[in-house]
Amino acid sequence: MLEAKGIAKSFNGFAAVGGVSLAVPAGGVTAVIGPNGAGKSTLFNLLTGHLVPDSGSVAFQGRDITGAAPHAICRMGIGRSFQHTNIFKKLTVFGNVQAALIAHRRKAHQFWTRSEGLYRDEALALLEALGLADKADAVADSLSHGNQKQLELGIALASDPAMLLLDEPTAGMSATETREAIRLLERIVADRQLTLLFTEHDMEVVFQIAQKIAVLHQGRLIAEGTPAEVRNDPEVRRVYLGGGH
Amino acid sequence: MALLRRVPWAVLVFVAAATVPWLGSRFYTFLATDIAILALFAASLNLLLGYTGLVSFGHAAYFGIGAYTCAILMKTHGVPFVPALLAGTVNAGACALVFGLFCVRSSRIYFSMLTLAFAQIVWAVCFKWNSVTGGEQGLNNVPYPGLDWMAVIPMLGDLRAGDRYYLVVLVLVGLAFAALKRIVDSPFGRILTAIRENAERAEFVGVDVRRYQLASFVVAGAFAGFAGALFGLFNRGVFPDFAHWSKSAEVLIMAILGGFGSFWGPAVGAGVLVLLNQQITSYTQYWPLILGSILIVLLFVFPGGIVGALQAAVRRLKERRDA
Repeated sequence: MLEAKGIAKSFNGFAAVGGVSLAVPAGGVTAVIGPNGAGKSTLFNLLTGHLVPDSGSVAFQGRDITGAAPHAICRMGIGRSFQHTNIFKKLTVFGNVQAALIAHRRKAHQFWTRSEGLYRDEALALLEALGLADKADAVADSLSHGNQKQLELGIALASDPAMLLLDEPTAGMSATETREAIRLLERIVADRQLTLLFTEHDMEVVFQIAQKIAVLHQGRLIAEGTPAEVRNDPEVRRVYLGGGH
Repeated sequence: MALLRRVPWAVLVFVAAATVPWLGSRFYTFLATDIAILALFAASLNLLLGYTGLVSFGHAAYFGIGAYTCAILMKTHGVPFVPALLAGTVNAGACALVFGLFCVRSSRIYFSMLTLAFAQIVWAVCFKWNSVTGGEQGLNNVPYPGLDWMAVIPMLGDLRAGDRYYLVVLVLVGLAFAALKRIVDSPFGRILTAIRENAERAEFVGVDVRRYQLASFVVAGAFAGFAGALFGLFNRGVFPDFAHWSKSAEVLIMAILGGFGSFWGPAVGAGVLVLLNQQITSYTQYWPLILGSILIVLLFVFPGGIVGALQAAVRRLKERRDA
């Protein structure tokens, strides 16, 4: 579905991502793990067009998307969330999803029709699935951290993506919130038959839902495989799962 | 409070403003024309500032371009009022398109500095191109639009030329406000607010952010040009000052004073600034000092400007009643 070949990115001589090749199979759940600073967010930004790789290529559904702008990549069917919650803070919860729907339906250029109530039913249905329907008219900024993360997922889903890239979907959540968020995510991925690629700190979550795990260390992929393979990989145990401590 | 919201305030203000020529002296008509035009100018800036989240330090450039285009066409080439007004609007929008192409490539302070730089270029052209713009002296004695046709409308027959022009301005500004309101309430307007809130996220719901920022810049420039064209005729002359950076600063002050968080805030700011200016300059020559003090107090106490403060007060009243 998504295939990166030897992508690399350096910042001032520091190789944040140094030649990573990664194939994400369609319909699967793939996790990218690695210690802080391993280059996970940089990798995501390279895949979604926020950064242009110094070398290497990215293909989505067989089409080369290397160097394409984020809005163009989004339109091809990749939705994403960010590590730091990235929503339209001063808009209402409904307004957040509505803006995404307007953009997705290519209505953004319509300057002479009314937007009030536009796509209200669809937005509410989506918010219902995320458990946010009763907060539709609240200002997004006023939501709890966990709800803001779910709203961001809603914004990504509004574009009806074929693939979802989530950068730490449970970052900063409590244990209960994390469990709920993961249950929700699993349901949505199954219902919509999405391909999911995510990064995560919480190993429990990773080994619970991922079918494939890629391990990044100092900008390089050191292992790739099923959870069982990765768990037993000696290199991974040494640098990351760190058995000893 | 729900009742308060149901009152068509905009219509009431419009009707009240239309009575000025009959109730007030010539001086009040003069003030009201000034306010109406500058209110539109400030509202056009607010499309950038309040809705798209772009701070322009050079919005007067488009006001000036509209004013010069319309005045030159009417005075030098004898073009009638309506086509000259439209040409001023279109030319301001076209220049905004060309300059905007460069400006929206940069973000934040760099965007602002570029708008300022282009505005200074416009000012310099107005100042130096003697054969067309009249240079430093500007263009004087720009003809009034022929409004004799208004004599056939009952009640308007015995109005002075200035009063007639005021009514024309009022109707045109009213229509421009209606159009602006329609634009900000459209899907396009919603996307602009999304860009203001979070350009990165907007990019990743599929919005070509720069293109929409540019579109906003062009629309804002065209409305500023429309206001400038009306102002040049009202002023009976156009001068390089129209495009000067201090004019850009003035319109920013209007928007901030009134509150750029709401659609009508900048218009209120324009009215208050013109009236304050009028009142205070008749007492003291230190008007800028007093204006500065007012702004400082306002920004500290009411960061949302006059309209923001009023909205907060209404909300508090409502909460107290509900409690």
